[in-house]
Amino acid sequence: MVAGCAEKGIPIEIVGSGSKRAVGRPIGNAMTITTASLRGVTLYEPSELVMSARAGTPLTAIEAELAARGQMLAFEPIDIGPATGAAHGTQTIGAVFATNLSGARRIHSGAARDHLLGVKGVNGRAELFQSGGRVMKNVTGYDVARGLSGSWGTLAVLTEVTFKVVPWPETAATVVYLNLPDNLAVELLCAAMAQPVEVSGAVHLQAPLAARLSHPGLKTMGKSVTALRLENFSGAVTARKQKLKEALRVYGKALELDHRETLEFWSELRRLSVLPHRQTLLWRISTKPTMAAKLVQAIKRYMPAEAFYDWAGGLVWLEVPATADAGTAEIRRAAAIHGGHATLIRAERSVRASVEVFQPLSPAIERLTRGLKAAFDPAGILNPGRMYANL
Amino acid sequence: MTLSRLPEPDRGVLARSTAIVEDLEQLIGSEAVIADEDGRRVFEADALTAYRRMPLAVVLPRSTEDVAKVLKYCHQNRLKVVPRGAGTSLSGGALPAEDAIVIGISRMNRILNVDFENRTIRVETGITNLAITEAVAAEGFFYAPDPSSQLACTLGGNLAMNSGGAHCLKYGVTTNNVLGVRMVLIDGEIVDIGGPYLDAEGYDFLALIVGSEGQFGIITEATVRILPKSESARPILLGFGSSAAASSCVAAIIASGIIPVAIEFMDKPAIAVAEAYAKAGYPLDVEALLIVEVEGSPEEVNRLLADIVEISKGFQPKVIEASTSPEHSARIWKGRKAAFGAIGRISDYYCMDGTIPLSKMPEVLAKISQICAGHGLKVANVFHAGDGNLHPLILYNANNEDEARRAELAGAEILKLCVSVGGCLTGEHGVGIEKRDLMGVQFTPADLAVQMRIKSVFDPQWLLNAGKVFPLEAVEMKEAPPESTHRAA
Repeated sequence: MVAGCAEKGIPIEIVGSGSKRAVGRPIGNAMTITTASLRGVTLYEPSELVMSARAGTPLTAIEAELAARGQMLAFEPIDIGPATGAAHGTQTIGAVFATNLSGARRIHSGAARDHLLGVKGVNGRAELFQSGGRVMKNVTGYDVARGLSGSWGTLAVLTEVTFKVVPWPETAATVVYLNLPDNLAVELLCAAMAQPVEVSGAVHLQAPLAARLSHPGLKTMGKSVTALRLENFSGAVTARKQKLKEALRVYGKALELDHRETLEFWSELRRLSVLPHRQTLLWRISTKPTMAAKLVQAIKRYMPAEAFYDWAGGLVWLEVPATADAGTAEIRRAAAIHGGHATLIRAERSVRASVEVFQPLSPAIERLTRGLKAAFDPAGILNPGRMYANL
Repeated sequence: MTLSRLPEPDRGVLARSTAIVEDLEQLIGSEAVIADEDGRRVFEADALTAYRRMPLAVVLPRSTEDVAKVLKYCHQNRLKVVPRGAGTSLSGGALPAEDAIVIGISRMNRILNVDFENRTIRVETGITNLAITEAVAAEGFFYAPDPSSQLACTLGGNLAMNSGGAHCLKYGVTTNNVLGVRMVLIDGEIVDIGGPYLDAEGYDFLALIVGSEGQFGIITEATVRILPKSESARPILLGFGSSAAASSCVAAIIASGIIPVAIEFMDKPAIAVAEAYAKAGYPLDVEALLIVEVEGSPEEVNRLLADIVEISKGFQPKVIEASTSPEHSARIWKGRKAAFGAIGRISDYYCMDGTIPLSKMPEVLAKISQICAGHGLKVANVFHAGDGNLHPLILYNANNEDEARRAELAGAEILKLCVSVGGCLTGEHGVGIEKRDLMGVQFTPADLAVQMRIKSVFDPQWLLNAGKVFPLEAVEMKEAPPESTHRAA
């Protein structure tokens, strides 16, 4: 099918479940290839911490199978479906790696791409190829598998992925600080990450976003919420909690969430439930943690904005009012001044068609990007324009 | 040994060598260019010493701009370039060629910025791996990847080969710890990829560049993650009556939910040699030894070691010895750390680096013994068991040509065995020159074509580290790179 389209130059839109179809630049007049029928776990060795699955396998099925053996995906893939108008919990495992969208535990355990061991796929030349494998350590040839992560289906159709899994921690707890302004909150998050207690989640929610949490104590306070997650066996979590609170004493008195509340709190963040689907725009900004609060402050000079800081401040989810140009110039300028890059995650189709949704590239990187695209997909038929116009 | 075929040097280039050296001296100064025979001899090989080639010249630039000048010149004059860090590659990754310019980055070893708050460090890539950790240790941080050559090897070499180390079971390898690089492309253009933030924009070029064995460009600066060091760490020594019991114990530990920082494996021949040399107090009546290290607070370490002892009892351990003090820990590690050197004192050895799925370990270890015995050779095994990265050391006499040839045949059979059970040719040493001709065992022609086209995007004329990674026949037969990958004038 890819061969036929390549010959005739017919564009192909690659879809898993379609949960992220409203993200990226719109693709016009394309045939659709769906991997949804490529389902099933093809290899699972719990004692080797490895699993392979066909690309269209729903993430929920993967996670259920892992949970049955006390394991999980360490990078806690985030579900942007609900924030962009799709149902939650529908994404496929192929799309998780094709978009490299990781959740809160990324800061401790690495991103989706760090857990990808191997892929099978079809490139725009209709060649079946594979890269990597099923073992943890592999430097045989170039790391094409990891190189395809985050390419949003513009280089190849993934048909099967092999990835690392990890054991569920025995228990988890969350330490919460209330009412800190952004700059102090990020300072606290950075200080926590420097402690040898293996913080596995470090977030700050501005007060209006904290009000959208379901935890009855936290949602009604009208205060910002700064939260740190600890995971380990229970003796270690108790001791580390004490150490952490001691080290952060100057930031005030801490609340604690127990194991059950912790699971609930972080799973809400994983679904971005504090950023529900609405008419506003949603930006995702990657920066140096210590620059995050200043960056948000700089943007606020031009537009109202509400922020959810993840990764100790290194990732900012920013909700801003809908405008025709999506505030692109101001947001990208702020990112350039403070260091980092910004992706427009939620906007009307017409807006996404007219502005740069993904961070514009430097001339040298753009040239390499075009070269890589041509190497995989010389006819330019795979998800054309999804990431960059004319590519 | 029947060595891999090296590309024929370009006679036209050799004839111009005097003029080329003069040009290089003009470009970056004569003190940065080594052209005399004794000076070049130092660079004729890396740690895979079976291969030696005198380079045309060696340049040791002091800045990214100088690297750019040299690469631009080489590109314009179609000269081959061999990037070099400290020359510790075990796969011939830094092997020169007679018609190539070696660009060594060892003089570029400055620390540019340490950012404890954001937990990153920016360095020039000629810095040694260990010097990165030393720069941040006083504040309680460390740089995680720790290849055993870390005292000498450079970050540049680590990036090129995607180096691992004993602790990567928990902390990952180089690619998992690098955030951004400054790289000089073959035409002299300087590009910045990624930065001091997580997940660079656009395509994941960092993933492609790290592990590209110096074939995409020369990285002169990098930003890497630093991590807070754990409060304490302690090993436990476990001895077993069979290799199968030891490897089953490894699988059971991991399946239990414990992720140790390291699980090292030694078999009987390796234990005997290491103990004779290092006097670490290893038991000599066991078939296999595990060193399992866990970290955390002292209480956490106690609990984890107790759990591991409990798990190990299912596999009839003959020896259980948990470290009780820092001195004790050092003694337990002493034998393992000295093992390669100790074996090197009694024999020449050929070190393999295949990775296999853990569940295949007993079967593969038995077959490795059979393969070596079939060639009339002995083998010792010392390796990272937690991630299945084997290091069989095939013992042979380098002065006996027939024995050397048999060692190489046995090595190739072992690597094919690793691939056949679902593993790979190399877990951390890289393909280089050494395993180049075995790539067809692991990859189809289409798989290799996909990789070679990426090489052409970065280096259309294939000047960077030529003759490595891919079988020469595959490179000679490759299709011309598509027009669009050439740079517009």
